[in-house]
Amino acid sequence: MSFRKPSVLPGFGLTFGFTTFFLSAIVLLPLAALVLSAASMHWSDFVRVVTSPRALGSYRLSFGASLLAATINVVFGFIIAWTLVRYEFPGRKIIDALIDMPFALPTAVSGIALTTVFAQNGWIGRYLEPLGVKVAYTWIGVTLALTLISMPFAVRAVQPALQEVQHDLEEAAETLGARRVYVLWRIILPTVLPALLTGFTLAFARAVGEYGSVIFIAGNLPMKTEITPLLIVIHLEEFDYQGAAALGVVMLGISFVILLAINLLQAWGRRRHIRAAH
Amino acid sequence: MAAALPHGALADDAATRPGQHTWVHAIVRWLCITISLTFLAAVLLAPLATVFAMAFARGLAVYLRSFADPDTLAAIRLTLTTALVVVPLNTVFGLAAAWAIGKFEFRGKSVLITLIDLPLAISPVISGMVFVLLFGLHGWFGAWLQEHDISIVFALPGIMLATMFVTFPYVARELIPLMQQLGNAEEEAAITLGAGGWMTFFRVTLPKVRWGLVYGMVLCNARAMGEFGAVSVVSGHIRGLTNTMPLHIEILYNEYNFIGAFAVASLLTLLAVLTLVVKTLVERTGYRRR
Repeated sequence: MSFRKPSVLPGFGLTFGFTTFFLSAIVLLPLAALVLSAASMHWSDFVRVVTSPRALGSYRLSFGASLLAATINVVFGFIIAWTLVRYEFPGRKIIDALIDMPFALPTAVSGIALTTVFAQNGWIGRYLEPLGVKVAYTWIGVTLALTLISMPFAVRAVQPALQEVQHDLEEAAETLGARRVYVLWRIILPTVLPALLTGFTLAFARAVGEYGSVIFIAGNLPMKTEITPLLIVIHLEEFDYQGAAALGVVMLGISFVILLAINLLQAWGRRRHIRAAH
Repeated sequence: MAAALPHGALADDAATRPGQHTWVHAIVRWLCITISLTFLAAVLLAPLATVFAMAFARGLAVYLRSFADPDTLAAIRLTLTTALVVVPLNTVFGLAAAWAIGKFEFRGKSVLITLIDLPLAISPVISGMVFVLLFGLHGWFGAWLQEHDISIVFALPGIMLATMFVTFPYVARELIPLMQQLGNAEEEAAITLGAGGWMTFFRVTLPKVRWGLVYGMVLCNARAMGEFGAVSVVSGHIRGLTNTMPLHIEILYNEYNFIGAFAVASLLTLLAVLTLVVKTLVERTGYRRR
């Protein structure tokens, strides 16, 4: 009876019907096909596919490099957000707009460009080569690509939180004799901690699934520089649809857990915020 | 004199506050700006500059000649066609979803919002794979489709479906919070005064949300034209037929045709710059920045 509250506005039936129909046709049914394909496998086949040494090697790289990239982004994201919020310098507005570049830039472009810059004879790669640091075609390159494409998530999550840090609180602490480091540790970091965690999770979630930018710089050696999404593509190209679906379900399961974590973190952040306001 | 003393004492006190050590402050400021700029220069600006440096490595004439390649032109045409179909469809969806979710209270609303956002959390490879599982040769409807001589995977419909999947939430997630925030008062007034539903939508709601709509459409378009992973899985990489611009970049690059690859990449980079410019301009109108 009370599925929806009455309203004088028309069009609920039409728009709600269209929304659910389109959502089901484009997103939900195809995803159901994925889950059912994996479910139609024999349990032992499923386990064999998702725990094969090659699959385990790909998880290690995908999740390891994504964790590292998300961590790098939290550190540099905080510094960049701090710089953009607190300091005025020439070109600040342009830098601020450029942060979103990885969102707008197609991943294939980021991939070939990063590979070219960090290859042995590239602009930056040629200075790293004598130091014994190989970036292109190693796990470092994978991490670098993941860092680039997930960087805006961290900066954009922290920026509004830093803007909200109350200056009077900082000034009060300093008036009472607190050192700058102490203020950073006890006042600024606790305020932006939920935002940092959200940024970390968003960056990690984006990095785990990334394909386009990584395959150019990775070298794609099985067990060494092969990410899980690439392994799925390889299964598909061999017409092993079930194997691909099984790996896809594993990745989906992990993405789901991450989404859940984001929602819990945000709820925690809101609760803290409400408590702080009282 | 009596009034000046506490004032002077306060000023002295302030000067000893750690934050007021101007040279410490200056060093921290300098460090932060330097670290930020170095980081961004290495991972963002150097790759961007490389795109153009490589594309123009042998001069303007060679750069322009790479667009005479019929396969490159076909890739550009395919990308534009796909965006022309996908962006309007997802815009209509976004408007419908925002109207249903933003204007009415019903049960299960937050579940619906989460489901709409789902494609953002899914690897592009999986987004493409689901259509291969459904419509591929060994997929659920593969045999039936082959009997009736319909090709979806490794053809235009598959590319459009995969692109639609990955860009699905872009317009909706911009408009839903905007409509919720703007409220129903004006629409209710229009309806009460006798305006029809469509007239209310076009004359009252659409002007209110126009910047959010532009913002969502621009981001949707950028992703639609630049999508690689999902499209790569369903396309089959047939030159001149099912190669979009990002896929064509991959083929040229793997053939060591770097000028050609970076020439196509330079077009997509310009698109990205244009997207950021429009985005910044929309934000300047006062539209909530994210």
